[in-house]
Amino acid sequence: MTGILKLAYKLLVNDKAKFTALLVGITFAVFLMIAMTSLFAGVLKRASATVINLGAPIWIMDPSVQTVANTIGMPDYVLDATRSIQGVSYAVPVYTGGALVKLADGTYQAVNVVGLDDTSLFGRPRLLQGKIEDIYGENGFIVVKDPEFPKMGNPNVGSEFELNEHRGVIVGIAQVASSGLFGIPTLYTTYERALQYIPNPRFTISYVLLEPKSPADVAHIKQQVRALGYLGLTKDEFMDRITAFYMFQTGLGMNLLIMTVMSFIVGLSISGQTFYTFVLENIEKFGALKAMGTRSRELILMILFQASFTALTGYGLGIGLCALTIYPAKLRLPDYAALITYWNLGLAFVMVVIIAAVSSYFGVRRVLRIEPFEVFRG
Amino acid sequence: MPVTAIQATGVNKWFGEGEARTQALKDVTLEAYFGEMLYIVGPSGSGKTTLLSVLSGILRPNSGSVTVEGSDIWNLSGDKLADFRLHKIGFVFQDYHLFPRLTTAENVAIPLILKREDWSRAIVEATKYLEIVGLKNRADLPPVKLSGGEQQRVAIARAIVGQPDILIMDEPTASLDGDTGHGIVSFVRNNILNEKRCILIVTHDARIYELATRILKMEDGRLIGYEKGGNM
Repeated sequence: MTGILKLAYKLLVNDKAKFTALLVGITFAVFLMIAMTSLFAGVLKRASATVINLGAPIWIMDPSVQTVANTIGMPDYVLDATRSIQGVSYAVPVYTGGALVKLADGTYQAVNVVGLDDTSLFGRPRLLQGKIEDIYGENGFIVVKDPEFPKMGNPNVGSEFELNEHRGVIVGIAQVASSGLFGIPTLYTTYERALQYIPNPRFTISYVLLEPKSPADVAHIKQQVRALGYLGLTKDEFMDRITAFYMFQTGLGMNLLIMTVMSFIVGLSISGQTFYTFVLENIEKFGALKAMGTRSRELILMILFQASFTALTGYGLGIGLCALTIYPAKLRLPDYAALITYWNLGLAFVMVVIIAAVSSYFGVRRVLRIEPFEVFRG
Repeated sequence: MPVTAIQATGVNKWFGEGEARTQALKDVTLEAYFGEMLYIVGPSGSGKTTLLSVLSGILRPNSGSVTVEGSDIWNLSGDKLADFRLHKIGFVFQDYHLFPRLTTAENVAIPLILKREDWSRAIVEATKYLEIVGLKNRADLPPVKLSGGEQQRVAIARAIVGQPDILIMDEPTASLDGDTGHGIVSFVRNNILNEKRCILIVTHDARIYELATRILKMEDGRLIGYEKGGNM
């Protein structure tokens, strides 16, 4: 059987013009599909940056919250009530909100402020410079060194700024797992200082971050939180909720889906048509093979192999091209969000398999219809 | 006593139905023997190629039987019929049908590859057959680099590399000049034909009639007579 496949391989690859056209078509389609979906994956990851960076297993929030950024304050009793739920290991408040800081050069810069629980500092970032206990010092803030860091004027430990006419001092420079979506720097401070510096409505807790004693307690905790009139979500559920919001409520998902489908159609059109032309140009040869004693299923195998080989080679090249494009783009464009995930690769793979299947279907149909007698008749 | 290679009895073949029906073969009965080079000759549309297709297991007749080495080939199922063609018949097509993207040796090796021979062994064997047809030095070239006569010889090498009992040649001189065509068929007669092989040739090239063992003349789908080679 390997001889027949090698024969199919040589017939395909030695037709350099057609093979190149097929590869270019599929590579381009895969490139576009992965570029689109990876952009979406990157945006979604950044949209969930706070959830990822704080890392709490369970998040308690107002049921109307759709993304981590649009917080709705909760009264203090929610914190007390959740702490008393059976199965809760600990529960801490966290504040997240936007603010404008005035930099040393007099310019204003929007920032995201995260106020960590004063007692535990749960969710604190990994420090590159400074000491975490300095966050308790007067006016202490930790700035995250991410692509937005230069917007704070590339501060050092000791750099100062103003926040709502309060003095702020950088006491540490930190690193987090994921940068935010909105292109603004992130400052960490204590929960109490965040409330003190930023004007707030009556209810101030953005989220209650909660750790269950065991995974078996999660369902019970969520039920008790629901009884309080609030919503308890695991980290993954919260990220799914954020994903669903961006996918279905903003038009972002639909637009990217349309682009992805268009890429798929382009790939399918180019590859399908080129492959069918390839089969048509070789139809007499396939007829001759049939006359010489090749079984129909062997001809089908040859065509499926040719289509699969082309599709998978184009798939690999498309991934490579995408990686080669994204990597330098990320170096030059800090806010470029593209992120290649297994999900992107899997989706592109499924689409490439469909392209190969459709392309070979028409080729197989044509080859099976050819009568060897036609070869004799010329 | 000659040994029968192919026996066709009462073969009828028609195309289309109703008023559009065309009878291509009309009650054809014939025998072809091992060790002979049998020509099927006649004007265009007389049914030569149709007969060749029916005898070689490519085109199913509407009635009648075709027996090759004692087996009725049209009782064979699809796969077995394909196997029969692969193992028993060698084809030389009028247009050669060589694969332009393969080398000459790879083209010749195709029947062996279809028989699941190892690729490199098949190429070695094919090169031997290219040597038989005098084209060993062309083994690595694509067929498009060869002349018409050389391509014909490659097609012959491909047809005989699997050592078939029956060699079918469709208009082997149609694309060649007179001398080259005659030379090719002489080569086949002198080097490929033996007592264990039967060669059927469809032609209307009178210049090669002298090389036939027997000549079968067809007209309007009917067999109208046999002649000894060279006497037509």
